[in-house]
Amino acid sequence: MQTASDFRQRSEEALGNPQIRRNFRFAMDGLMAKRRAGLSDPREREQLRTQCAGIRVNALSKLPELLEQLEGNCTRNGIQVHWAESVDEANNIVLEIMRQHDATRMIKGKSMVSEEMELNHFLEDHDIECLESDLGEYIVQLAGETPSHIIAPAIHKNRHEIAELFRQKFPDIPFEEDPEKLARSAREILREKFYKADVGLSGVNFAVAETGTLCLVENEGNGRMCTTVPPVHIAVTGIEKVVEQLSDIPPLLNLLVRSATGQHISTYFNMISSPRKPGEKDGPQEVHLVLPDNERSRIYEDDELINTLRCIRCGACMNHCPVYGRIGGHAYGSTIPGPIGSVVEPQKIGLDTLGELPTASTLCGACGEVCPVRIPLPDLLNRLRYEGVRNNNDGKVKGQSEQRKGTEAWIWKSWSWLHVQPMLYRLAMRTATRLRSLMPRKLGPWTDVRRPPRIAARTLHELAREKGFDNA
Amino acid sequence: MHNARDNILNRLRRQRPEFPPQDEPASMDEGNETTLQQRIEAFTEKLRSVRAEVHLTTEQDWCHKLQELCRKKELDNLLYGNQGPLAEAMEKHWNSDDSTPRLVTLNETIESWKEPLFNDIAAAVTSVRTGIAQVGTLVLWPTLEEPRTYSLVPPVHFAVLHADKLYNTFAEVVEEEAWQEGMPTNALLISGPSKSADIEQTLSYGVHGPTELVALLVS
Amino acid sequence: MERQRHYPEKPGRIYFFGTCLVDLLYPEASLAGMQLIQREGVDVIFPKDQTCCGQPAWNSGYRDEARAVALAQLKCFPLDYPVVVPSGSCAGMMRHHYPRLFKNTPQEQQVQALANRVYKLTEFLVHVLKITLKDLGTPAKVALHTSCSARREMGVAEEHEALLQQLGNVELVEQERKAECCGFGGTFAVKHPKISAEMVSEKAEHISNTSADTLVSGDCGCLMNISGRLNHQAEKIKGKHIASFLWERTNADSQ
Ligand code: SF4
Repeated sequence: MQTASDFRQRSEEALGNPQIRRNFRFAMDGLMAKRRAGLSDPREREQLRTQCAGIRVNALSKLPELLEQLEGNCTRNGIQVHWAESVDEANNIVLEIMRQHDATRMIKGKSMVSEEMELNHFLEDHDIECLESDLGEYIVQLAGETPSHIIAPAIHKNRHEIAELFRQKFPDIPFEEDPEKLARSAREILREKFYKADVGLSGVNFAVAETGTLCLVENEGNGRMCTTVPPVHIAVTGIEKVVEQLSDIPPLLNLLVRSATGQHISTYFNMISSPRKPGEKDGPQEVHLVLPDNERSRIYEDDELINTLRCIRCGACMNHCPVYGRIGGHAYGSTIPGPIGSVVEPQKIGLDTLGELPTASTLCGACGEVCPVRIPLPDLLNRLRYEGVRNNNDGKVKGQSEQRKGTEAWIWKSWSWLHVQPMLYRLAMRTATRLRSLMPRKLGPWTDVRRPPRIAARTLHELAREKGFDNA
Repeated sequence: MHNARDNILNRLRRQRPEFPPQDEPASMDEGNETTLQQRIEAFTEKLRSVRAEVHLTTEQDWCHKLQELCRKKELDNLLYGNQGPLAEAMEKHWNSDDSTPRLVTLNETIESWKEPLFNDIAAAVTSVRTGIAQVGTLVLWPTLEEPRTYSLVPPVHFAVLHADKLYNTFAEVVEEEAWQEGMPTNALLISGPSKSADIEQTLSYGVHGPTELVALLVS
Repeated sequence: MERQRHYPEKPGRIYFFGTCLVDLLYPEASLAGMQLIQREGVDVIFPKDQTCCGQPAWNSGYRDEARAVALAQLKCFPLDYPVVVPSGSCAGMMRHHYPRLFKNTPQEQQVQALANRVYKLTEFLVHVLKITLKDLGTPAKVALHTSCSARREMGVAEEHEALLQQLGNVELVEQERKAECCGFGGTFAVKHPKISAEMVSEKAEHISNTSADTLVSGDCGCLMNISGRLNHQAEKIKGKHIASFLWERTNADSQ
């Protein structure tokens, strides 16, 4: 497990790497432009955001009931439901299913929850081949890396880097730099893997309680392959992904896709409600649904932090984040990067290790402005800053108070002390203006790129008094 | 893992969340009433915009069109469901004409035909349950006769859609067909050939699913 | 973004809340704000016991410290006059975050009532005073950076533009990535100086690419940040708070 204690170092490395900077800038500009074009009518956009926020809030407010209903309907349809309290438990459930079928080859569709579980490593340690089939995930896996974006995992690489990677890994296939040809090479390599795989694993975008239906959004068709061709399909998804009814799905699908990529709809929307039925010629004979909790139920208990769980993983918040766009996804050192990553990951892993992430934002609000389910991301970042430094630990957030440092706390105490005493404050300001020539010309890193600010000759209080605005 | 289940549910029940009252979404009078002609136009435009082919044809003519397209694309076989809704018309047409491309059907279950499906089949044709005009989408409920992999594995997918079935939005489909009353094993929305933008945000077509999607819109 | 806000009739009297940064670095901006309002025939009260809205501590997670300071400000506004704030982030703090900061405290209601009558200066000039401006200045080419809190928290970016557009001799030019953050973010600039430096450098570059002669900002934090960068690059672009800019161009004595 990476930690973000060296977030600063990684972000500075990324800033110093012009290639990474260019790749992200280019990609994020593209994604922002596509969203803008895809959601060009502000009235419709805001109406949809309100509707989708309402759907997610409704689902969360009934979460335990909906989960039971989902379980009941899935079970009735023949989908086997497994609950896991931790990542370990979830991994072992998957392993156990593999073992029951003497399975050694897994083909994977895109699943951020499996990244959260670090399932690939776990299964490889148990001699199971675990192959990513989403093009971006496949590239990242070939390179031995982790995704740097939740919907575009290989966004940190450009075509030359990917072509070079293919050349190293597959010396026999002709060298190509054209994205379409690279994609074709991947298609050829993976095709055989699909029909030889023993088990297909996928994530889930929405699970519908009303009908026991698992919904998957994708463009490539690998998700359909993983859920259709191998004899066993395992779906993994966090317990928060449930929605109440089928009629919730059209607006969510609509806004998810348009927020993520600006497409009017994804190429495929795959709704799975049961394993192969008698007489049907294809489809998996078994479908399993694994539901890891992994701290979600803890997040659920707080009336503000619960909003973290609304997320539908569209990636828009990272696409629009000026910090993410400059440092890229790997700098965060967490499974999910960007604003939502800085909110969800410290709550899962702990503020002790990832407590720096909530500070990695100017709170400019660009993330909250685009979130399709109106998650107040800046407010949540602010809240987690508080949880990181508060001095009365109530044990509700993992790693609470672990970011509190003596000097910083002292500075804020002194600051507060000065600002609650108006007379003293005025005196201090007046003194500062009188001593302004003594202001140092260097103010740490601030002045590396900026001129130092200039203190005025007289304070606002003095000016206001002179002009008669003062209430004294 | 029953313990995990109960523990999780108990934790979720320990404290009921309190959300501030949510705004009601403003009602969007979508200017709903569209004519069939408008829906056909919207459907065609949207589906073509994602590099799918759309051919307007008729009840009498679609088999001919299908065969012509297969020949133009130099496909040497075409997978179809010989018990499916398209079978009768196709077989009649193929018999009356010369018989290329070769019609193929796969009996038994996928276990016995996985390899030829992946390696030998050039194209497949399936019927389509309905379509969604606003986003240019084909709605499929694969059946015993036309299973899921037909629209997925072969490099070319022909989809035969009757225009009178076009809906305006996905929400309308779900509501008017009352999907919640019984979902099939697999329901699919297909909007174009398979694609990816994972390399430099550049669209590449034909990644894992079909490289070509050809819709025959019958009216 | 803020939902449609209903604005009151022009009041007889208002409270003006300057800020700590303004106080020390740009006192003339607040002064100009008060003069603009006064010129419209509204009495301006500058409560002399104001110090800081508490935002720096709030955004750093030091809520107890922020609350103590905010509590001291509450005493400055005993009557229910509108409270006008020249800086977008301080206005956002008082309007949106005070209610969170005082939730479940004895001041909860008092604070909500205060929050309801907090206005960002530009918003107040446009919607409450319905100000009309007559430009007395020489031709100027201006780039505007509203501040993220004005734009997204308060939702009043357009008001800034509307005010500048009233000035006949001012040409408003638009920099690339206009809505993007300048990288100040209060303590962000201290905690993540390299990222902040990258952001402000790009922002300054985009602004100088417009060949504007003046940078106008709605927030002194952004102004200090971007001007600091522009001056470091020996750019001749002047940085001005929008209040100072408006006042200087419309007040005969300043010409
Ligand atoms: S937080 Fe909102 S914007 Fe970010 S990924 Fe989740 S749904 Fe999308």
